[in-house]
Amino acid sequence: MNTGNIQSQHLLGLKSLTREEIESILAQATVFKEVFNRSVKKLPTLNNKVFVSLFYENSTRTRASFDMAIRMLGAGSINFSVQTSSVNKGETLIDTVRNLESLGIDGIIVRHPMGGVPALIADHVKVPVINAGDGFNEHPTQALLDLFTMIEEKGYIEGKKVAIIGDILHSRVARSNIWALTKLGANVIVCGPPSLIPIGVENMGVTVTNKVEEAIEDADFVNVLRVQFERQKGNFFPSTREYYREYGITPQRLKRAKDDVIIMHPGPMNRGVEISTEVADGPYNVILEQVTNGVAVRMAVLYMLMSRKTTI
Amino acid sequence: MNLHLINATIVNPTGQQTGDILIQEGKITQVGKHIAAPDAEVHDCHNALVFPGFIDMHVHLREPGEEEKETLSTGLSAAVHGGITAVCSMPNTKPAIDNEVFVKFLIDKAWEINKARLYPAGSITKGLKGEELSEMVSMLRVGAVAFSDDGFPVENMQVLRRALQYIQPFNKPLILHCEDKALASDGAMNESETSTVLGLPGIHAVSEEASIAQSIEVAKYFGRIHIAHVSTAGSVELIRFAKQRGIAVTAETAPHYFTLTESSVEGYNTSAKMNPPLRSEIDRRAIIEGLRDGTIDAIATDHAPHAVDDKHVEFNNAKFGIVGLETAVMLTMEILVHREGFSLEQIAKLWSAAPAHILGVSGGELKVGAIADLTVIDPSYTWTVEPNRFFSKSKNTPFTGFQGKGAAIMTIVNGQIKWEAKNGR
Repeated sequence: MNTGNIQSQHLLGLKSLTREEIESILAQATVFKEVFNRSVKKLPTLNNKVFVSLFYENSTRTRASFDMAIRMLGAGSINFSVQTSSVNKGETLIDTVRNLESLGIDGIIVRHPMGGVPALIADHVKVPVINAGDGFNEHPTQALLDLFTMIEEKGYIEGKKVAIIGDILHSRVARSNIWALTKLGANVIVCGPPSLIPIGVENMGVTVTNKVEEAIEDADFVNVLRVQFERQKGNFFPSTREYYREYGITPQRLKRAKDDVIIMHPGPMNRGVEISTEVADGPYNVILEQVTNGVAVRMAVLYMLMSRKTTI
Repeated sequence: MNLHLINATIVNPTGQQTGDILIQEGKITQVGKHIAAPDAEVHDCHNALVFPGFIDMHVHLREPGEEEKETLSTGLSAAVHGGITAVCSMPNTKPAIDNEVFVKFLIDKAWEINKARLYPAGSITKGLKGEELSEMVSMLRVGAVAFSDDGFPVENMQVLRRALQYIQPFNKPLILHCEDKALASDGAMNESETSTVLGLPGIHAVSEEASIAQSIEVAKYFGRIHIAHVSTAGSVELIRFAKQRGIAVTAETAPHYFTLTESSVEGYNTSAKMNPPLRSEIDRRAIIEGLRDGTIDAIATDHAPHAVDDKHVEFNNAKFGIVGLETAVMLTMEILVHREGFSLEQIAKLWSAAPAHILGVSGGELKVGAIADLTVIDPSYTWTVEPNRFFSKSKNTPFTGFQGKGAAIMTIVNGQIKWEAKNGR
């Protein structure tokens, strides 16, 4: 199956991708998801390739998901985290990635607490750089797996109402979702307390509300963002209790959505903060399916970046 | 050697004239047509503008402590290369300039270097900590011209009140870096749609404005303040209103705030990272209008040299600040004169008379008896910024490749040519 191509050498974010590029990644992921249904789960597609996972921030599922995707493509990976690295010895980020490149690795998967770091790395290495989450900026593979799941559930995205609820200000998942969903023609509404809504987000093609009922009304998808407990200390809201009362996704509130509304969450969930247990475990949640799809989407990204005809 | 500038367009804050200037023993001794001075060195200033020396009242020269970024020698050389005849150095060196020994050290060393004049600012509080007052009077006795905790706000209004009261008999300005640190938080650029799109933590305009408003209210009762590096439309409005109310407040802005906007940060460009940050186009327009109507009294560069390693890192981790001494004249001429139609008299005021007046130092007018500090500018010389030609030790500028019209072609300090362009420039 010809799944098209992507122009960029790196996957830094969805901001800079076209609708066609996003769709071609999702199409490739469909092919890879079929592999899951086979008894032998490994493809020799990227034999002998070695990726490094460079994580400057904690992660369980994204890191494991990339590892899984790498293995399924027959490639290998080196995990590298700040706790065990020379970063603590004062090495700069740029020196670190140049050293890794000199080891002969074929691609860098990076997560970092600061926005723009994957772009900085991409400026200093020749191998593909894949953003696994940078600050508040982007988490492109998370948004791709969200879109993949949406299409799997409802067939298409164009015209669907997607509510993104929670801490939009500090959310790279929200930003990547907004960039991709608006390109694919979704009707996106973001909702949260005004202290957690970033300035100018309405100019990114979304509707903004702080009434959770309005956000949920007739929604096809509700993407519930994790609300970090630490934000309470920054006075973005007074307590998780009040947050839950005003913005928590409960069965009662969900009655306003479409009957077949799909509930999504990038994880890890805070039950009783942004989402009630009844909803988290309810009939239309696809939260675990999202995790499975994450592997297929990351396989697609790795495969497409590595098989791209480079100009080097 | 006496200097005889002929055929010059002599620009003063009060008007222009064409003619000659004779300089003898560090002083201007004659201004007029066809001066006869047979023993003086003649410089034909045909097509050039001769201004009273430009005084940059806000620079960081990094010595002592961070000589890898700049030294007094490289900084004062960069100044004259950029057409600046005098600078006021901020005291946030390592250690901070918070006693008379350090002030004396700077003055003596600058004297030996013999390039631009150095007017040191001492700190308002010991170690710039915002707690205990520095010995400001001891520092002014040895030559400090102003006091500032620049780099940090004086956040405690009681400290600001006491500092203003204490220094009041000496009529020296307190130069305030107005920033509410809690509001600014860990921001790295202007908080706006651009920071939302880039996913960077923002520094909201209110962090500057709230602090200015508070400082103005203290100044209303207790003394004179000078607001450093004004960057927002709201700040301009606050200062305009304060002046209408008769409060003793003056202000400066930097060339980057009237030239660039936050869009320069796109691509995570650490060369465009400074504090306060580049703001919106609305703010940039308001800064220009504030300069035009005199709300903002002076232009100063906030020259802030940083080593390559300080900028070649994650955007959030990059140091705040850009160099400015060697691009200031071109940006002023290109943006304010050529594009915005500012008069040359206004430029003489913004770059010379106003800073001289605020700091209480010589300069600001070309007249008989004045000190012979002069900035000679070719207003039509077009050039492109190339940081490797800077005399400054640091090259951290967002203006690489920026092209504009206007260049300093001769810098005279104390009657001596400290820098002169060769090859027709």
